[in-house]
Amino acid sequence: MLELKNLSYKTEDGKEILRNVSLKIEDRFVAVTGPNGSGKSTLAKLIAGIYTPTSGQILLDGVDITNMSISDRANNGISFAFQQPVRFKGITVKDLISIAAGKKISVSEACQYLSEVGLCAKDYVNREVDGSLSGGELKRIEIAMINVRGTKLSVFDEPEAGIDLWSFNNLIQVFKSMHERTRGTILIISHQERILDIADKIVVIAGGEVTAYGAKNDILPELLGARAGCRFTAKEAQV
Amino acid sequence: MDQIQKRLLEEVADLHEVPQGAYSLRINGQLHGKNDSENITIVKKEDKPGIDIYIRPGTKNESMHIPVILSQSGLKETVYNDFHIGEDCDVTIVAGCGIHNSGSGESEHSGIHAFYLAKNAKLKYVEKHYGEGDGNGKNVMNPTTIVVMDENSYMEMETAQIKGVDSTERSTTATLASGATLIVREKIMTHGEQFAKTDFTVDLNGEDCGAHVVSRSVAKDNSRQSFLSHVRGNNKCSGHTECDAIIMDDAQVIALPQIEANHVDASLIHEAAIGKIAGEQLIKLMTLGLSEQEAEEQIVNGFLK
Repeated sequence: MLELKNLSYKTEDGKEILRNVSLKIEDRFVAVTGPNGSGKSTLAKLIAGIYTPTSGQILLDGVDITNMSISDRANNGISFAFQQPVRFKGITVKDLISIAAGKKISVSEACQYLSEVGLCAKDYVNREVDGSLSGGELKRIEIAMINVRGTKLSVFDEPEAGIDLWSFNNLIQVFKSMHERTRGTILIISHQERILDIADKIVVIAGGEVTAYGAKNDILPELLGARAGCRFTAKEAQV
Repeated sequence: MDQIQKRLLEEVADLHEVPQGAYSLRINGQLHGKNDSENITIVKKEDKPGIDIYIRPGTKNESMHIPVILSQSGLKETVYNDFHIGEDCDVTIVAGCGIHNSGSGESEHSGIHAFYLAKNAKLKYVEKHYGEGDGNGKNVMNPTTIVVMDENSYMEMETAQIKGVDSTERSTTATLASGATLIVREKIMTHGEQFAKTDFTVDLNGEDCGAHVVSRSVAKDNSRQSFLSHVRGNNKCSGHTECDAIIMDDAQVIALPQIEANHVDASLIHEAAIGKIAGEQLIKLMTLGLSEQEAEEQIVNGFLK
């Protein structure tokens, strides 16, 4: 279980991005949604250890990981899929999947993970993860890396961005089979209704604060009918 | 061969023993052994150290090895090797120099290689430089490569200097006739107080000839690197030169890719980029469980692969 206690984050120039975020996350699928600039990606980076909170605590299965390094968090069961995947000159798709797996993996194993994210494996396995791959291709490889890790907590920052509608069902299938295998929690930052729809719970963040957290069936209908000034976004509208 | 020499041979040529087929093996300033094949003739030069290699026209899918091993500290040599690649050949030549310097003298190997490619000849040339040793003596390699390409010939040149060479000055000149293509891929890593300079001059003389000169390098610690390239388009041709470097610690990298068009249909491009390892690359690999140092090694190894 991931627990955030009064988590706040300010940038170096003093801008407050997140304020007093407290959440207990233990369901299969938890979606985090909210307007652009509301602090969702910052929250994901705080969980992964890329940013250090200004105040508050992060606990993973009751252990305080607030001051733990990125690598240690990764090795303690946290995976993080970037919103904008990173390119590497010379490092191949197979290399990255092997690093993610923590061991050398065979071409057929790599192919299996690539096929799951809809990439024809033989075309990709030896390609460099560089500028020659499109944004959508990189995004799928990013998801395959998290899948191969199979950790107890997987955080995805807008996994659907750049993925065509045709593959959307596949993406949802990947999340489902990932959960089957890991029995862990998948935390997905998303604006997509179809992703919110598979969530057990939804967190709404606006203006750096959690404005709602509850079961999908309670939150989603109101989000879909939301107008400016609805109860979830009211605070952000005032910022 | 002793154990040190065998290890050097493995480093520079991936060979465990004397190779099959045509080869010339030079150890500590002497021609240790050579072997001709049906299509490849190796002739020892009489007037200076080195060999002439003649590859019969039409030779296909044959390779030859010409490794050089220096394990005696303080030895300095200049060797002249001339390669005559016949018409319509398709061959691979693997050269390499390994120095083990356990003394205090400076060991130096300067290989002067000239390649003459006849019409329609195709050559892949692979060259690997490696140095090691526990003494104070420096390992110095100053290779000179001269490439003369006749019509429609094709040459790929891959050079790598990854470890242990204290000082290198590499000079490559090439002239291309009509329809010829030259591809150069250079990889260099320097560390400690090492120095590496590479200098390419390519003359694109014939119609529809083309060259790609690409260098990737990593400079660590206090090492220094200079990359110079000068691609001249003297006819309707295409030329591309690129230097991509990762700089670390207190190293210095100079990149001077130069293009010169002397013909209205010469199409020439140059690119140069020097920068440290991107923070987001390190972070990405750390989120996969690597330490910062392991992430750095992966990025450098991949870059130079």
